[in-house]
Amino acid sequence: MTEKILLKGNELLVEAAIEAGCRFYAGYPITPQNEVPEMMSWRMPQAGGVFIQAESEIAAINMIFGASAAGARCMTSSSSPGISLKQEGISYIAAAELPCVIVNMQRGGPGLGNIRAAQGDYFQAVKGGGHGDYHLIVLVPATLGELYDLTMHAFDYADYYRNPVMILGDGILGQMAEPVEKRPYKPILNLPPKEFVLDGCKSRPPRVIKTLYLHPADSLVRHNLHLQEKYAQIQRELCLYEEYETDDAEVVVSAYGITGRVAKGAVKAARKEGLKAGLIRPLCVWPFPAQPYQRAAQKARHFLVVEMSHGQFIEDVKLAMDCKRPTSFLGKGGGWYPMEEEILEQIRRLAGTKRKPAAKKIGKR
Amino acid sequence: MKQPTQTRIIIAGFGGQGIVLIGNLIARGALIEGKNVTGMVAYGAEMRGGTAYATVVVSEDEIACPFVEKPDTAIVLNRPSMDKFEPAVQPGGLILVNTSLVQRDLKRMDISTIFVAATEIAQELGNLKVANLAALGAFIQHSGLLQPQSIQQAAEDLFSSKNPKLLPLNLAALKAGMHQSRFMEAVGLTGR
Repeated sequence: MTEKILLKGNELLVEAAIEAGCRFYAGYPITPQNEVPEMMSWRMPQAGGVFIQAESEIAAINMIFGASAAGARCMTSSSSPGISLKQEGISYIAAAELPCVIVNMQRGGPGLGNIRAAQGDYFQAVKGGGHGDYHLIVLVPATLGELYDLTMHAFDYADYYRNPVMILGDGILGQMAEPVEKRPYKPILNLPPKEFVLDGCKSRPPRVIKTLYLHPADSLVRHNLHLQEKYAQIQRELCLYEEYETDDAEVVVSAYGITGRVAKGAVKAARKEGLKAGLIRPLCVWPFPAQPYQRAAQKARHFLVVEMSHGQFIEDVKLAMDCKRPTSFLGKGGGWYPMEEEILEQIRRLAGTKRKPAAKKIGKR
Repeated sequence: MKQPTQTRIIIAGFGGQGIVLIGNLIARGALIEGKNVTGMVAYGAEMRGGTAYATVVVSEDEIACPFVEKPDTAIVLNRPSMDKFEPAVQPGGLILVNTSLVQRDLKRMDISTIFVAATEIAQELGNLKVANLAALGAFIQHSGLLQPQSIQQAAEDLFSSKNPKLLPLNLAALKAGMHQSRFMEAVGLTGR
């Protein structure tokens, strides 16, 4: 048997990042991701890398800008209010096309909120967050095994597409412990040489990394068109999801992250009762995996979306299947956790409804 | 006791009683036996002397839900935890009571009970801090969830990497808890 390690999600994240060759980390403490900077502070020096406890979240993200421009595999992490502070830097990094990994172990919001797990930062992660037309690649692991793998993949996606990648977790994913098989890092893509790195221009032409485009007048338009081409390429190439029992499903449940794994338990329980339930669980929410939803919408009578928020991810689910099927919602923000039984109850209710019922809202949206 | 495929456990007491260590050792013991396991510790404004709790789910199958609201088993090391978690235990479940600090009768008759004077056992061994291992010993002895040697192995692994000097005392507490504890079947269930 290969070696299994038992660590908290936050600690596992550190191990995965260092295994993947991350050698620069800057961050600022915030619950529920404090184990990340704490462990980085001693693991990074062991690995020959750099750990910096920055004076603020804003400083940390700008240090990442610098480290990435200098060629390092680099990462920063925070939780919701801290990620809000980082948005200016994230927009700059996206504009400069610098690879890096940003981790958000979401907590309750808005405002300073609380420290329970939540999924209220979906829009911020997927629809923008900072200013300007840009996209992050957003990965949403549901188990610690996925967190381990996707963290390593995140560095590859970042380098391959020259784009910042966000790991959108939540307080539970960061705080829970689960055994994970330790695997050595192996790149999943043929990584291009980093021909943008500012490492001294002796014997080569100078390079510039910038986010300000004033001259000529159309230079920013052209830069934006270039970014959009890149985003279109990522959308064509990246499609990550788990599909469970959707072939003959009449009620298709969809959820991501921690909510996704609880929903899977509910779908399993529904199948045991003979209900035709299925699950679509994205592992990446930008780009959003539309295909499984379009397929499922051909047969399913009803969709059910579960989130630890008041309904953000549900919009992408509806868009993915062009609102073809009625979609119910179960969710609350601010630290509410979904239980299997609650989801199962909604599946039972929807499985009992007649064809083409009016969509009912369960939670308050 | 017949073992269900999934056991959901809450461990609760004062901050400083070693609640987290109990959870950690159960999780590591389950890992040694090749079972699936998830563990969580309540986080927040925790402090020594305040209430603390940890949750563990041990399962033969894939674990969907890592949080525990209605436990099959509660391990309670002090009175406030008893008041809070005794009502939450599933019918037919199990509660472990540290009788040194919980001096009241059970209100439930439909759950089995393990009685152990964990704090007194620790006192006799000369260190109050090992009450947690005494409770864990009692739990392992009567619950049948994990083999005693798995927990012993887990303790040896954990202490040898962190503080080997503390291992003998902790193993002694584990053994004492196994032998100086009582088990009482639920009486309020039909068919018994």
